[in-house]
Amino acid sequence: MIERSYEKFFRQNRLPHLWCPGCGNGIVMKAIVQAIEKKGWTQDNTVIVSGIGCSSRASGYMDFDTLHTAHGRAIPFATGIKLANPALNVVVITGDGDCTAIGGNHFIHGCRRNIDLNVILFNNNIYGMTGGQASPTTPLGKKATTAPYGSIDPPFDACNLAIAAGATFVARSTAFHVQHLVNMISNSFDNNGFSFVEALVQCPTSFGRKNKFPTPASMMQWFKDNAAMKPTEGKFTIGVLHSDTAVSYNDAYYDLISRTCC
Amino acid sequence: MILLQGNEAVAKAAIAAGVRFFGGYPITPSTEIAESMAKLLPKNNGVFIQMEDEIASMGVVLGASLAGRKVLTASSGPGISLKQELIGYAAAAEIPVVIVNVQRVGPSTGQPTAPSQGDVMQARWGTHGDHSIIALSPWSVREAFDLTVKAVNYAERFRTPVILLMDEIVGHLRENVELPTDIEIYPRRQPKTKENYKAYQPDEDLVPNIANFGEGYHIHVTGLIHDETGFPVGSPKVTRDFIDRMHKKISKDIIEVQTEFLDDAEEAVVAFGGTARTAYQAVLNARANGKKVGFIRLVTIWPFADNFFANLPANIKKLVVAELNYGQIFYEVQRTFKGEVELCAKYDMTIFEPSEIEVCL
Amino acid sequence: MKSEFTLKLDRCKGCGICVNFCPKKVLELDTLGKVVVARPEDCIACGQCELRCPDYAIFVDKIKEANLGARD
Repeated sequence: MIERSYEKFFRQNRLPHLWCPGCGNGIVMKAIVQAIEKKGWTQDNTVIVSGIGCSSRASGYMDFDTLHTAHGRAIPFATGIKLANPALNVVVITGDGDCTAIGGNHFIHGCRRNIDLNVILFNNNIYGMTGGQASPTTPLGKKATTAPYGSIDPPFDACNLAIAAGATFVARSTAFHVQHLVNMISNSFDNNGFSFVEALVQCPTSFGRKNKFPTPASMMQWFKDNAAMKPTEGKFTIGVLHSDTAVSYNDAYYDLISRTCC
Repeated sequence: MILLQGNEAVAKAAIAAGVRFFGGYPITPSTEIAESMAKLLPKNNGVFIQMEDEIASMGVVLGASLAGRKVLTASSGPGISLKQELIGYAAAAEIPVVIVNVQRVGPSTGQPTAPSQGDVMQARWGTHGDHSIIALSPWSVREAFDLTVKAVNYAERFRTPVILLMDEIVGHLRENVELPTDIEIYPRRQPKTKENYKAYQPDEDLVPNIANFGEGYHIHVTGLIHDETGFPVGSPKVTRDFIDRMHKKISKDIIEVQTEFLDDAEEAVVAFGGTARTAYQAVLNARANGKKVGFIRLVTIWPFADNFFANLPANIKKLVVAELNYGQIFYEVQRTFKGEVELCAKYDMTIFEPSEIEVCL
Repeated sequence: MKSEFTLKLDRCKGCGICVNFCPKKVLELDTLGKVVVARPEDCIACGQCELRCPDYAIFVDKIKEANLGARD
């Protein structure tokens, strides 16, 4: 067999990863390194920043400079890295609780600044690492350990939130649509500004078992059956949802430096 | 000589010490530091960013520090409470950072923005878990400058968060000062080898030489307890060794105490920060009245000067601790000094008059 | 045989995603719950199993007819 070229982006001595059997996080992690490879970024000029939660453990498996921050705080750390050294390509890996609950304020302000970060949300609609509590993206009526009778909390649409807050590239895909997901991520890398890709992932252990998905594959089948490339009644849309051009915060600040300094 | 405010002196010193990144959020009485940095940094090829809150302000400077910049942030009261989460992260992940706390009356929103020294214990134990910390407290505008430089250097030398524990008295004080021109700068520590490099392998002084991001070392940084590779390990030995090293790496040679008139003193006043200015006048007044009173000023608050107090000369029978709080450093002095210790506390928005300290003598 | 399978069984967690999405039902889980190539002759080398394996445990390479001949 020809060794897959993306394998060099993994810390081989850390694999296999700790995610549960059938968890979609591994699929998205591979999609990210494939997008990095496609874009031509290197292990030396790319930094992976993550928060806390299942998805955020990805940084430990990826052979770059990697930063596993505190819960919700990946975007502020990433902002500091990008502004301190704009030559670095900065990818943020976050989960639905990390990004839209405890890190919600940082998320919208990252979007507002349009700083050149590439935020990949692994959305499994649940707090997986702590055992299945409801998150801000748990759909109405779905069960969680903290919503044992079904969630009555209206969920966020993270993509709409990003668009409203000023992100200049917003896309959605799923762990089923792998090639599409790689394309969405690599397209997001092309944007010089705040880019946001929501990757829907299955959590068979903490979400699936409570919500009538008996197998990991059944959740992926649901993604297949319910995703649509165009807005469709009763389905969710995947693809590029928003694309705009605006000056990135890092460019604006370094322009300010060039006008005031030296 | 220039007329300078304490907060402005901190900003000037930060630039002089090589700080090239500041993240902050407005809060009185620390805001002038952010405002000064916003002016100074872009002119000096540095970055200022106003973040959405104080948590983000900590996060952004820690990210910048990992990417190779010397960094500083500043806040007060409620803002310092918010910063605690990532002060712990900086301690665990060994990221150089200086946090300036211009203390105001608390708890909570408290009395904005009257002076206080109520954050002494928060500086030591504000974030959760066992950790080490350095805290320095200036009593003048010139010393605000000097201790800011030291704080930046200590942060780099020990790869640790350092708190500059100011108070509103010194932060908003204006004095004519002569600033030093020759400033000693501790450079960012560099890896000594690239082969078999382990980011968290301690050097002889117990401090690791962690590479900056973007230098090709592919390091991993986490707030989880980790071994010398930087990767998390769920082992009792690794946990114990890590916490031991966190404490032992802070060298006791950084502990500074200023003393006056101790040779003949039968008692002495212990104070720090802005309060020490009043305490010094109180000591002068008492001595003018024939009392044999000495003066002890803590420059380094943490690590505490245990040995200094344990080994004070036998002629000193009593210490009076004057502080603008309900009693915090008092208990540390009581723990370490063998003789009598009395608390002279004030916590009513106003600063001490010398006479209010004299009555405690 | 049109396909060459490489299994990294230390990575396989037996989630069954590859088994489920194989259009030719080539794959099964063994009694220990790990993937086995039960019907290699049916494989069309579409790569769906490799594509969605969350653990990077299964790899499929197309073998050219010329190479097949050489092996025989």
